[in-house]
Amino acid sequence: MARKGFFGGVHPIYNKELASDLAIEVMPLPEKLVVHFTQNLGAPPEPVVEKGSEVKKGQLIAKATGFVSAPVHAPTSGVIKSIDLYPHPVGTDMPAAVIIPDGKDEWLEGCDMERDTGDLEPEAIKQMIHEGGLVGMGGASFPTHVKLSPPEDKPIDLLVLNGAECEPYLTADHRLMLEHAEGILEGADLFARVLGVQRVIVAIEKNKPDAIEAMRGAVRERKGFSVEPLDVVYPQGAEKQLIFTLSRRRVPAGGLPMDVGVLVQNIGTAFAAYEAVRFARPLLQRIVTVTGSAIGQPKNVLARVGATFEDIVRFCGGIKGDTGKVISGGPMMGVAQYSLDTSVTKGTSGIVLLARDEIPQFVNDACIRCGRCVTVCPMGLNPSALSIFIERMQFDDAGEYNVNDCIECGCCAYVCPSKRPLVQHFRRAKAELRNKQRKAG
Amino acid sequence: MITAVIALASLALLAGLGLALAARVFAVEVDPRVEAIEEALPGVNCGACGLPGCAELAKRIAEGKAEVDACPVGGDGVAHSIAEIIGRVFEGGGAKNVALVLCGGDDSVAVRRFYYNGIYDCNSAVLLFGGDKACSYGCLGLETCAGVCPFGAIDMLPGGLAVVDPEKCTGCTKCVAACPKGIIKMVPYEKKVHILCSSHDKGGRVRKICKVGCIACQRCVKEAPEGSITMDENLAVIDYAKDVPEEVAGVCPMNTIVTQVLGREKRTGEAAPVAAGGEA
Repeated sequence: MARKGFFGGVHPIYNKELASDLAIEVMPLPEKLVVHFTQNLGAPPEPVVEKGSEVKKGQLIAKATGFVSAPVHAPTSGVIKSIDLYPHPVGTDMPAAVIIPDGKDEWLEGCDMERDTGDLEPEAIKQMIHEGGLVGMGGASFPTHVKLSPPEDKPIDLLVLNGAECEPYLTADHRLMLEHAEGILEGADLFARVLGVQRVIVAIEKNKPDAIEAMRGAVRERKGFSVEPLDVVYPQGAEKQLIFTLSRRRVPAGGLPMDVGVLVQNIGTAFAAYEAVRFARPLLQRIVTVTGSAIGQPKNVLARVGATFEDIVRFCGGIKGDTGKVISGGPMMGVAQYSLDTSVTKGTSGIVLLARDEIPQFVNDACIRCGRCVTVCPMGLNPSALSIFIERMQFDDAGEYNVNDCIECGCCAYVCPSKRPLVQHFRRAKAELRNKQRKAG
Repeated sequence: MITAVIALASLALLAGLGLALAARVFAVEVDPRVEAIEEALPGVNCGACGLPGCAELAKRIAEGKAEVDACPVGGDGVAHSIAEIIGRVFEGGGAKNVALVLCGGDDSVAVRRFYYNGIYDCNSAVLLFGGDKACSYGCLGLETCAGVCPFGAIDMLPGGLAVVDPEKCTGCTKCVAACPKGIIKMVPYEKKVHILCSSHDKGGRVRKICKVGCIACQRCVKEAPEGSITMDENLAVIDYAKDVPEEVAGVCPMNTIVTQVLGREKRTGEAAPVAAGGEA
């Protein structure tokens, strides 16, 4: 009998118990914050402060440019020491503001006050979410207000709150659901009101029974809300796979969830929306799971945006033993870092430190056509054939085999016995196809 | 036995006659000049002229749709012989251009900021933080240019740096298109003074990450004849239309300016082994 769920997927070693029972700890203000201007997918925001400016907590430091862009705010009060290039957790060196906190942590006037949300118009809520600088906090950092603005001809009838957290090691969403269930649902209610959605599903993997329990208790009072436990299989939390599991709807190739009437939001984003709309607090901090075998003390840290990895690692007891890799995000889709000068952005869900002997090496042996990658690809692609095309520089053929539908979840590379760097091949092909399209006009 | 021999012999005769007749009747007329031109062309089908191969270019030249010097690889010699074949006069004599990698930072002088374990190809490596070289303009040394060169003119120094041999280089520009960093440029073969750096970083940053990078001190600009070396966003650039005396190389405090196409002898000996992974 077919499993209820999506095709493919893998069962990595989760190692979530390292941090899943540890309550969220607030990290004290570090000596400096490196706040990146580019923290969203889409157009990079434009700085509105200069070297030497004094800023208050919550003050705008970079304004959105265009529709697909989210503003950035000062995470604390202090002085901007410099604006320079700093390593970004998912890109090359990018411009960032170095803020030296004055220790007072003083809010800008108009922020941090309780508002009555009962009679807010949908447009007003959307505006507050945009001004709060909200982006998807699951990792991709797509501006939230864009997702809340579907075109007229694509009505949304289902809102999914993504608490699957299928990435190994990470427990940030798990802790948030345990400790702030009400806030998350308040935020979800705001999303539902903006979109006029009656049905809200909170989706959680079954390896978090306490979180399922906590959310079940919280949704009891709310009409239209339900909690759906999910089978534990990676990548269960990937948008398209999650939608298929819950509603049997298939997002068309190259399409968005709104094409099938669904909107997926991370639970962290819902909580941020609650904070932004109810308390007028822009997105200034997030929960970062600091874990792995090479960290002194795993923790779920509530860190300011801009806290450097170095300060966070020090707060968690420093590096332990022979560290081989520091990953921003989870081990499946995260990005290995080359410098601890990198700082937390709105999309940094975790910092995973792994010992040297835990790290597999890519060797790029020849494909033996065993087909394991084909059986695990949740998008139903043929990674084996794709990678061979790409090695021969036949990018058009790779395009015809739908390389652009690859979600870069890493399942294929995880099971490959030849240890081929498959995801890197696909990213290469996507880049080549993008360039070609740009050249063509 | 004898019947078999006779039968086979007559069959062979019949078939031979048929073939001879067919060759006469169905003969395809080929412009003899096309064949001659194709003979004169280098015949490596590199595609540098923008056409699928040498045969196609030969056809175009014979039809008058392409110039006699359309093959950038063959140079003046080939252009002259083609001109003779089709009875045109070629008054070329344009200087031969060769490719030059404008980076001198091998692993003994330039910093790599992380251990790269991935596909052994520059175009794939740049997808991760722009590559492992600390200098975002530097040669990654993963042999992509050497791989596309149809003439084997690009060597890799042990320290992970591509070097073009100007004697073997025919100027087909394939490497120029293949380099993701865009640091391979075409320069006149005769010119011997080169600034081997492409970094637009500020001097202070260059000093930290590379011992042979241009720090924009502008000493060469002052020393060289007016306008022959100019500054372009923290990088000294030679105008190859003008002459730069060899003495100018001496004033460069970073030894970025060289007087031959890279002092191989000078740097090969002390170079560290390639640090990049991929073949672990």
